[in-house]
Amino acid sequence: MSTPNAHYGFAERWLPRLVLAPSFLLTLVFLYGFIAWNGYLSFTNSRLLPNYEWAGLVQYATLFENERWWVAVRNLGVFAVLFIGGAMAIGITLAILLDQKVRGEGAIRTLYLYPMALSFVVTGTAWKWMLNPGLGLEKLMHDWGFTSFTFDWLVNSDMSIYTVVIAGLWQSSGFVMALFLAGLRGVDDSIIKAAQIDGATLPRIYWKIILPALRPVVFSTLMILSHIAIKSFDLVMALTGGGPGFSSDLPATFMYSMAFTRGQTGLGAASAMMMLATVAAIVVPYLYSELRKDHHG
Amino acid sequence: MRNLKLGLLATSMALAFSVQAAEVEVLHYWTSGGEAKAAAELKKMMEGKGNKWKDFAVAGGGGENAMTALKTRVVSGNPPAAAQIKGPSIQEWGDEGVLGSIDAVAKKEGWDKVLPPVVSNVMKYKGQYVAAPVNVHRVNWLWVNPELLKKANAKVPTTWDEFFVTAAALQKAGIQPLAYGGQPWQDSTVFESVALGVGGVDFYKKAFVQLDSATLSGPTMIKVLETYKKLKPFTDKNAAGREWNLATSMVINGKAAMQFMGDWAKGEFLAAGKVPGKDFLCVAAPGTANAFTFNIDSFAMFKLKDASAVKGQNDLASTLMSPAFQEVFNLNKGSIPARTDLAMDKFDECGKKSAVDFKATAAKGGLVPSWAHGMAMKSATQGAVYDAVTQFWNDDKMSAKDAAMKLAAAAKTK
Repeated sequence: MSTPNAHYGFAERWLPRLVLAPSFLLTLVFLYGFIAWNGYLSFTNSRLLPNYEWAGLVQYATLFENERWWVAVRNLGVFAVLFIGGAMAIGITLAILLDQKVRGEGAIRTLYLYPMALSFVVTGTAWKWMLNPGLGLEKLMHDWGFTSFTFDWLVNSDMSIYTVVIAGLWQSSGFVMALFLAGLRGVDDSIIKAAQIDGATLPRIYWKIILPALRPVVFSTLMILSHIAIKSFDLVMALTGGGPGFSSDLPATFMYSMAFTRGQTGLGAASAMMMLATVAAIVVPYLYSELRKDHHG
Repeated sequence: MRNLKLGLLATSMALAFSVQAAEVEVLHYWTSGGEAKAAAELKKMMEGKGNKWKDFAVAGGGGENAMTALKTRVVSGNPPAAAQIKGPSIQEWGDEGVLGSIDAVAKKEGWDKVLPPVVSNVMKYKGQYVAAPVNVHRVNWLWVNPELLKKANAKVPTTWDEFFVTAAALQKAGIQPLAYGGQPWQDSTVFESVALGVGGVDFYKKAFVQLDSATLSGPTMIKVLETYKKLKPFTDKNAAGREWNLATSMVINGKAAMQFMGDWAKGEFLAAGKVPGKDFLCVAAPGTANAFTFNIDSFAMFKLKDASAVKGQNDLASTLMSPAFQEVFNLNKGSIPARTDLAMDKFDECGKKSAVDFKATAAKGGLVPSWAHGMAMKSATQGAVYDAVTQFWNDDKMSAKDAAMKLAAAAKTK
């Protein structure tokens, strides 16, 4: 005996699950499934093709002995600190300046945000031309008569990673600005007015009231920037190709060349696991704190 | 009635499968002008033998993209009939147990008689032919712009001492002596020529083929490294990351006088309408006149289940090695045939010289595999040695002795 009501109950119970099932399944297989597969591969002796013979921690030992891996890790450290810190600083400054109710704000905002519309490949290629000593900035300065001017970071193996930072900053600062501008606009005006009545100066208001109110924005931005930093691949490939030599290698480019061009799939898998661990070290505490917050209302 | 329908269905399916199976699918990365023309030639010949050609071209010069595509196909159990794989990589694929034998064709056509043993050994896995060679590139060339040398009153170098005299004269005349592309594989290409010229054939074989640790870190290697680093002041600082063909065009346009590069560079000269022997010279890299570093393109055959597909595969192997294909293909590609029994009348001066040297060095033992182009080491080892060479080139603080130790350590990578 079925009543319309029972039908409705059935649909109510199963429809959401049915709707979610495909994407849930896809995520399960193509994200977690592949993570698990990669994790397993990192404990095998896989060469050109995956094989499933257990080899223990050999690949990790090889990885930690590999000089190039440590260059990549050191570069990631330099890149992450300067890129995240720089993009945050520039983005917040731009947002605060734009927040002063200037004329033509819309146009300026679009200009600042525009680099984000370009892919890292385009950014990298454009900066590759600008930073090339024989083509870009240095040549321009020489043509203008400043013949002692040198800026050859792109071809200097000690400095090449910093050119990646420059291009990355150019790309992402506008995006950070947009996030913060939205956040700033969300701060209650009445609090600011109250502070102004109390005689607080504008910098003081920003430092003591508005920025602390933007904590969630800061955290989201940090999250986004840090994972951009860790998975950065296209920017390096387009800008320096990991060179000169392998001086601007990042873990992502290291992983690609080991797994796909050198027939060391196991080693590539191990380096990918190390990258995953780094991302997890940042994301998991964040998710944990977020979820707990929800729990307590 | 029902049975009839099923029967029809089964027949049509079988037909569909057999049509599909008669296709010969070939993975290659010949996508640039002259290369694509060469591939079209192969297609025509295969279709002439009644096979259906299925092109599986993956762009990307060094074939890295192609290898990635190939791996996915092999892992999914659906390999193409043949793929452009060369050098010890053939052995690596053999170790994975996915290559098929074409020994019957090779025996019937007497490949052993027309290929030098250094070449045929690379094509065999466990004594059986699994791959067919299509061409031979010589890597130890020096490309020279004679006009610039005349301007500086310098002569074409035949030894490394002469090279540095010539380079200094050019620099004094305000001409950049060396066009250089600062990518790891190019660093190694030049380094390999220096090693062969300074150390000689036996040293080269011991260091890069046998990977002898003492040789790799020994005094000769240190001398090789020092000579190699002495080239750097004769290059420009924009060389970092430069593509090889851009470096070649510097020689073509008279912006630089010389370049070390394999004979695929000849294609660039010819495409620019230059005449060999007049507008540009091809000479053996200093000190390597009696040696020949080879880089051979070949097709490895994959294990196939279907009998008609195997027939297509055998046709392909036989076509690749046929004198007609080897001639027309190499005229387009700029290299020379892998078979040593062909007339070279139609080839240009550089090609003829290359063929003569190939045969002579094969007879006298000066024929050595180019490790920078994947003919001597497994890809992991080669990559590690690349890293050591490129690090030394780019790091001005590193001593030749440290670099030699690094080379020896890199060669242990398995």
